[in-house]
Amino acid sequence: MVTAEVSRRTFLKGGGALVVAFSLPSELAAQSVPPARSVKALPADQIDSWLAIGQDGRVTLYCGKVELGTGVETALSQIVAEELDVDFRRMTIVQGDTGRTPDQGYTVGSKTIQVGGPPIRQAAAEARQTLLSLASSHLGEPAEQLVVRDGVVSVKGDSTKQVSYERLIGGRRFERAVTKNAPLKAPGRYSIVGKPVRRVDIPAKVTGTHVYVQNVRVRGMLHGRVVRPSAIGAVLGGVDEASVAGMPSVVKVVTQGNFVGVVAEREEQAIQAASALKVTWQTPRPLPAMTALWDTIRDAPTTEKALVNTGDVDAGLAGAARVLHATYRYPFQMHAAIGPSCAVADVRPDGATVWSGTQGPYPLRTSLASLLAMPAEQVRVIFVEASGCYGHNGADDAAADAALLSRAVGKPVRVQWMRYDEHGWEPKGPAMVMEVRAGLDGGGNVVAWDYTVWTPTHSTRPDGQAGNLLAGQLAGAAQAKNPFIGGDRNARHPYVIKNERVTARWFAAPLLRSSALRGLGAPQNTYANESFMDELATTAAADPVQFRQRHLSDPQANAVVAAVAKLAGWVPRPAPSKRPPGSGVSRGRGIAFAQYENAFAYVATVADVDVNHATGEVRVARVFVAHDCGLIVNPDGLRNQIEGSVVQTISRALKEEVTFDGSGVTSVDWRSYPILTFPEVPERIEIALINHPERPALGAGEPTACTVPAAIGNAIADATGVRLRTVPFTAERVKEALSRV
Amino acid sequence: MAGDLRITVNGKQHRVDTSDDTPLLYVLRNELQLNGPRFGCGLSQCGACTVHLNGDAVRSCVTPVSAAVGGAVTTLEGLGTVEKPHPLQQAFLEEQAVQCGYCINGIIMTAAALLTKNPRATESQIRSALAGNLCRCGTHMRILRAVRRVARA
Ligand code: FES
Ligand code: FES
Repeated sequence: MVTAEVSRRTFLKGGGALVVAFSLPSELAAQSVPPARSVKALPADQIDSWLAIGQDGRVTLYCGKVELGTGVETALSQIVAEELDVDFRRMTIVQGDTGRTPDQGYTVGSKTIQVGGPPIRQAAAEARQTLLSLASSHLGEPAEQLVVRDGVVSVKGDSTKQVSYERLIGGRRFERAVTKNAPLKAPGRYSIVGKPVRRVDIPAKVTGTHVYVQNVRVRGMLHGRVVRPSAIGAVLGGVDEASVAGMPSVVKVVTQGNFVGVVAEREEQAIQAASALKVTWQTPRPLPAMTALWDTIRDAPTTEKALVNTGDVDAGLAGAARVLHATYRYPFQMHAAIGPSCAVADVRPDGATVWSGTQGPYPLRTSLASLLAMPAEQVRVIFVEASGCYGHNGADDAAADAALLSRAVGKPVRVQWMRYDEHGWEPKGPAMVMEVRAGLDGGGNVVAWDYTVWTPTHSTRPDGQAGNLLAGQLAGAAQAKNPFIGGDRNARHPYVIKNERVTARWFAAPLLRSSALRGLGAPQNTYANESFMDELATTAAADPVQFRQRHLSDPQANAVVAAVAKLAGWVPRPAPSKRPPGSGVSRGRGIAFAQYENAFAYVATVADVDVNHATGEVRVARVFVAHDCGLIVNPDGLRNQIEGSVVQTISRALKEEVTFDGSGVTSVDWRSYPILTFPEVPERIEIALINHPERPALGAGEPTACTVPAAIGNAIADATGVRLRTVPFTAERVKEALSRV
Repeated sequence: MAGDLRITVNGKQHRVDTSDDTPLLYVLRNELQLNGPRFGCGLSQCGACTVHLNGDAVRSCVTPVSAAVGGAVTTLEGLGTVEKPHPLQQAFLEEQAVQCGYCINGIIMTAAALLTKNPRATESQIRSALAGNLCRCGTHMRILRAVRRVARA
């Protein structure tokens, strides 16, 4: 039985200083909630906010970043074990709990290791230094004479004189600031970082004992389901409570503005009640037709921002020997986690506890506080891992649903979204249009480049605003204000071109609620840039690899392009290869390159595809990736992330497009939003990792995703001579394009 | 229709008080507090809820609990434990064939049923057996390696 009970009195007595007592007879206790621990405050400049060493010598990392299925629990623990000089197996990690961990913002943007790692590393280094000075007084030897092995400090040359970490500080606080001056271990001496340490979460995940947020069970918990409007923007006409009055176990029908939900004692009865509940809606003006999507985007009023403007683009284009022009389109796509969002909330008049798979426990806390009109200090958000998270999905929304329903019934409520709730209402990766024009000189060099992207913001994360939570929007919270973010990511190509202009045209309202999906605008922009580079190479009759290398000046960039060419056994040839006129199945090969956000990891990808001319079906047979993200913390974890990025982005490139009608999203299950299946995944994915121990570790969750759509599109062009400028490359679309040749 | 039903799960008999048509998934998760079988779609489209009923892989989200009366249900927990893993669980560990792991219940249960019937399943047989199991993290290549490892053993 999994039961978590927070002693509310002690919780509240603490005020800002949370004192929490747990009585947990369960695996939830064992896995994610250690015994009672009082936390005075969690300033990031104190070792105690980050680390504790128990009397048993176990090291606990209190981490504001959270595990989203990418293995960061393991990687961050490796970093601490390395700096502290303890065996990796001594590590325990507590993640994302506003009562117990520091605020590290959101776990996003492939930044967990890159940005989340350094403060943790510094705290661990400071802790080690503190322990050395304690050991120095204990042993009566200068700190310089001491060495540490697996948490035991001993005197150089005299191992009889030794003392353990637990003896020095076990169960007590460090009471020391993180000065950032503590010496960090030189990468050359690493023995844990850089090793393919096995992930700590996998044994429980393969035996069914891992605690996902879907498995959190709080004593006395009821089951809630939401009933969403019949159309986006619909206004509640009325709720006929009598329609569920006779149903067993129904506790309450809850309405607040346009927010509607039901609470029942049993889960299956909450589901039945939600579908039986008669609700009438007044529908607003319908959305534009899906066929008008691209025009709607192009015609929307925009705020224009120049990202780059160097040289004289207009003169460069005017003087070019050849000028090319193309428009690329990328549809709405969704996160589509296998487990729909879920949360448990226990809201009482004097405080709230919420268990959520959120990416940002602290920002969710302030948003919920605003939704519930409660001081933030009275809201505690506890992260519990959910189904894989690839950006801003429904996790925060489900938490808000649970909070409103729990408040209405005065009991803990678990809200599990149904499949149609997730597909229908999770924030989508927004549709975008990219237009590019470029000129080649007589020698086949790009001399001018003019790029424009039409995009809305890619971030409507909670950020302390109730209006960014779906329940908040429905319940009438003030409309959220969100800055323009993410749509311009990788809008700038990585090449050296004398005259260039890159412009973002931001529009305010995407047709469907949108937010961050893996890579934000970077996969879309890279798709356009890297497809167009191939189109230019074709016109210049150049080899696509050499053509790119000729326009790259950064040696690290050139190195990954060379590495992928070697890995794939790339044979230089003009793009596209000459193919016999299409019939049967033809094979093609394409390359794409990106440096994530023009500043971080370098990735080059080669895809081999088979295109069936009769059906238009595209099969990605093999993928090769060369990847340089600086220091590698865990090479096997990194490969896992890269493979996942490849497969997921093949799916996005070949199959995925959110469909909608006048009312809203119509792809509300796996038949209407198919993703790549086992028979369809590649035969092989090969990866070359380039390690730079001397450099900082950079994020790896998103960079590969940028390169995949263009690599596939370029391979299709190589196989068939046909260029696809709209994602996804579905069989119908490919067949239609082939028929036009 | 409401009733006192007896079902056998992971070798143990249980009495559950629910209506006959309650999906087995909710009985396993809420009555028996099991976490292996998961809710993914409720539509028989994703495989996350897969369990064995008399050795066959079935989707517990669309299987009424009454169908399990008199039969033997096995969940991921019943297949093996951290201390005594099933060969497939061990293989998933060796291959580190997990990202979020939400899909892994259904994949291991489906693969286990396949390998019981066809211990030397080929790559393409494995792929088609898993065709109805979705994984969004893209862990497929490792999952295939893990299942092949057992099929060849
Ligand atoms: S939850 Fe049963 S098949 Fe998806
Ligand atoms: S590992 Fe996350 S869905 Fe398969």
